[in-house]
Amino acid sequence: MRFVDEFRDAEKARALASKIAGLCAPGRSYKFMEVCGGHTHTIYKHGLEDYLPEQVQLVHGPGCPVCVIPMGRVDDAIHIARQPDVLMTSFGDMMRVPGSGGNFFDSNAEGTSIRMVYSPLDSLKIARQNPDRQVVFMAIGFETTAPSTAMTLLRAAAEGLENFSVFCNHVTIVPAIKAILDSPDLRLDGFIGPGHVSTVIGCRPYEFIAAEYGKPVVVAGFEPLDILQSIYMLMLQLHEGRSVVENQYSRVVPWAGNPVALRVINQTMQLRPYFEWRGLGFISHSALRVRDEYAAFDAEARFQLPGLRVADPKACQCGEVLKGVLKPWECKVFGTACTPETPIGTCMVSPEGACAAYYNFGRFSRKRVQEVSIG
Amino acid sequence: MCLGIPGEVIEILADRPDLAKVDVSGVKRAINIGLLEGESVAPGDWVLIHVGFALSKIDEAEAKAAMEFLESIGKAYEDEMAALAASRIEE
Amino acid sequence: MIDREQQVLDRIERQRRRPAKVREERITLSHGSGGKASHTLVEAVFLEAFGNPLLAPLEDAARLRVGDARLALTTDSYVVSPLFFPGGDIGDLAVNGTVNDLAVSGATPLYLTCGFILEEGFPIADLTRIVASMRAAADRAGVMIVTGDTKVVQRGKADGCYVNTAGIGILEGSAELGVSAVQPGDAILVSGPIGEHGVTIMLARGELDIEADLVSDTAPLNGVIAELLAATSGVHAMRDATRGGVATILNEMAVDAQVSVIVDEDAIPVKAEVRGASELLGIDPLYVACEGRFVAAVAGDQAAAALTALRKHPLGAEAAVIGRVAGDQPGMVLLNTAFGGTRIVDMLVGDPLPRIC
Repeated sequence: MRFVDEFRDAEKARALASKIAGLCAPGRSYKFMEVCGGHTHTIYKHGLEDYLPEQVQLVHGPGCPVCVIPMGRVDDAIHIARQPDVLMTSFGDMMRVPGSGGNFFDSNAEGTSIRMVYSPLDSLKIARQNPDRQVVFMAIGFETTAPSTAMTLLRAAAEGLENFSVFCNHVTIVPAIKAILDSPDLRLDGFIGPGHVSTVIGCRPYEFIAAEYGKPVVVAGFEPLDILQSIYMLMLQLHEGRSVVENQYSRVVPWAGNPVALRVINQTMQLRPYFEWRGLGFISHSALRVRDEYAAFDAEARFQLPGLRVADPKACQCGEVLKGVLKPWECKVFGTACTPETPIGTCMVSPEGACAAYYNFGRFSRKRVQEVSIG
Repeated sequence: MCLGIPGEVIEILADRPDLAKVDVSGVKRAINIGLLEGESVAPGDWVLIHVGFALSKIDEAEAKAAMEFLESIGKAYEDEMAALAASRIEE
Repeated sequence: MIDREQQVLDRIERQRRRPAKVREERITLSHGSGGKASHTLVEAVFLEAFGNPLLAPLEDAARLRVGDARLALTTDSYVVSPLFFPGGDIGDLAVNGTVNDLAVSGATPLYLTCGFILEEGFPIADLTRIVASMRAAADRAGVMIVTGDTKVVQRGKADGCYVNTAGIGILEGSAELGVSAVQPGDAILVSGPIGEHGVTIMLARGELDIEADLVSDTAPLNGVIAELLAATSGVHAMRDATRGGVATILNEMAVDAQVSVIVDEDAIPVKAEVRGASELLGIDPLYVACEGRFVAAVAGDQAAAALTALRKHPLGAEAAVIGRVAGDQPGMVLLNTAFGGTRIVDMLVGDPLPRIC
C-alpha cells in the first residue's frame, strides 16, 4: 500500500531508534505525550515502545474522543434510540461504550435499533430510504470528523430532509491539551501532535504550547516511522534548546489546515460554553453543538434529553489515565474488575483507549521481548 | 483522531463533481471531495480518506522528501553498522 | 520490566484463569461472534448444563466410540446475511463448514443432515438455488446429505432462511489429533490467505459502498487435509478459522494447550484487497472469518514436509508457516510485527468493529 508500507520499514526504524538513543543525555529521562488515540493504537499495534531507549517514555493523553464521552451522554443517546420510530446510526467505536445501563449492543438486545455506519453520509442514505423512521446520527470525534458531520448537515438542509438529525458530541483538542498543560501532576517534555486533527485546524493552534509553555510539538503521521521520526525531531529540539511547532506529517497536513473544512464547521456548529469530559471534568469552549439555524437537524432540539450527570464508578481512574498521570496497569481495577469484556471506563472500551490498547496489545512480560524476537 | 487512509483517485463522477471514486489497495469506494473544493482533484491524485470524505490531498513532493530523509538516515545507519561490523572483523 | 507492572500482569493472568461467568441478562450480538463472549457463554451455560467428558474438549467435532468404530460428530448453524454473495451462498457454507469441522478433526466426512428454517414468503426459487449449491458442494466434498427437516416460521423471522447441518465422519489412523497434542517446538501453518470470506460478506451487505474483487474463500478442506495427513504424521492439531478468525484459533490453542504461540506478521498471507478493505474500515484481518482455511500445529521437524504437501493442492497453494509454539508465557499469543516490535494478539470480546479513530 502506497504511502503506508514505506513508512513501516524496519531498517529505517532501527536507524531512527539509534539516532534517538544518541540524543539521550546521560541520566536524563524524557516524557512525551501523544494526544491522539490513533497514535496510541499504532504505538501498541506495532510494538513501537520496544524500539525506544528506556529513557524515553511515551505518555498516552486524552486524544480518544470516544473515551472522553461521559456516561450520561451515552445514556442520552440510548434514551433517544428508545423514542418511537428512531433508527440511530453510530460509528463502530461507540457500540461497546457503557452507559449506566449498558452499551448500544445491550440496548439493541432490549429492542432499540442502533446501527453501525462507516460515514455520516450513510445515515443520510438510511434516512432517505426510511421516510417513516426518525434517523439520528450519533456524531463523535475531534475536529477531524466534525467537517464530515458539517457537510452532512448541509446536505440534509439542502435536501430538506425531515426525518434526520444529529446528536452532536464533537469535542475540540486544544482545550484538552491546555487542561493537561495546566495540570500540576504532569511533567512533560514535549507533545506528539495529532496528525489528522491538524489536517483540519492546521499547526498554528499549537504554537502557544511551544511559545508559552516551552514544550516542543511535532505534528505526527500515523505510521510507525512517522511516530519514530517525530520523537527524533522532538529530541533534536530539546538537544538544541529549541521549542517550536514542527510538521512531520507534511505530506498530508497543510500548515494552515483546511479552510473549507473550518468554514463548514463554523457554518453549521458553534462552541458550547462548557462540556464535561470524562475524567477531565468540565472544560470551557471544548465541544461543538449544532447551530440554532440548523436546529431542525439537532437531535437535542428534537428530543428531550434527560441530560443527567452520571458519576463515574468510584473505582474508575480513567481521568488519571487520560491525563497520562497513571499508566494503565497502575489503575487499581485494571485487568481485574475492568477488562475489555467488562469495561468500567472508556479507556478500556475504545480500542484507542490507553487501557484497551495496553490490555489487547502491550500486556506481556517485556523481558521476554528479546527472546521472542530472535525466534 | 485518527483513521485516515491514503487512496488514489481513479475517477471523478461526471454527474456528481463532489464525489470521486478512490482505490485503496484494489478496493474501491466513492468518497465525497467537497472539503477539497477550490483545489483541483484529478485521477492519479492521492487523498487522505476519513469516514467517506477526503480531508486533504497528499503532497507527493513532501512524501518524497520524507522518504528521502528516512532513506538518508537508513543509509547512514547502514554505513555505521557496516563500519562497526568491519571493525570487529579486523580485531 | 518494573516489578510492579509484572505483579499487575500476574494478577491479570490469575483473573483470566477464573471460571467463566455470564454477566449479561440477555443475549447480544457479541455472544455469536466467536470471541470471548461466545466462549464464556459456551462454558458458563452450555458446558455447565450438559457437562460430560465427550463435550468438554470443545473441539470442532466430538470424538465418539461406537462399537469398534471411531466416529467424529459435529453440527453448525448458518445464518449468514446476505444469503447469496460473491463466491458462494449459504448452501455452500452449510456443507463446507460442517465437512471442514470433521476434516480438521482428522475424520473422513461421510454423511450430513440438513435442517431448514424458512421464513414465510421466502422465494422457492432462492431455496432451489441454495439446495443446488448444497448438492454441488456435497459432491465436491464426497459426502451425502442423508436426512433433513424443514420448518416454516412467520414473516419477519429467520431472515429468509437459516440452515443447520450436522455431520458424521470416520476416524482412521492412530493419531489423536487435538489441541492437547500441541507442544512447544511445533510450527504453526495456515493453509492460505486470511480474511477473504468475512470481508466479502461485510462488503456484500452493501452498506459500506465499497467495491472489491473479493470472493468468499468457502471450500471443502477434506481433500487437502487428507493429503497433509498422508504426507506427514507430525500434525498435532488443526482448526478451521471461521468466526473470530485466525487470531481466535491461535488463542484457543494457546489457552487449551497452555503454551504460547508466536507468529510473524510478515509471514501471514493476506490478499492486497483484504488488506485495503481492512485498513479502510479499521479492522484487523487476523480476526476476520474465513470459510475455507485452516490452521495446523505441526511438529517442528515436519513443518517443511507439511508445507510441501499443502502447496501441492490447489486449496493450499498459498500455505505458509506463520509461527511457532513455545513453552513460556502459557496462554499467550504474541505477534512479531513487520516492524520488529512485539505485541500480544488477544481474543476479541465480540466481532471486530469498524472504527474511525
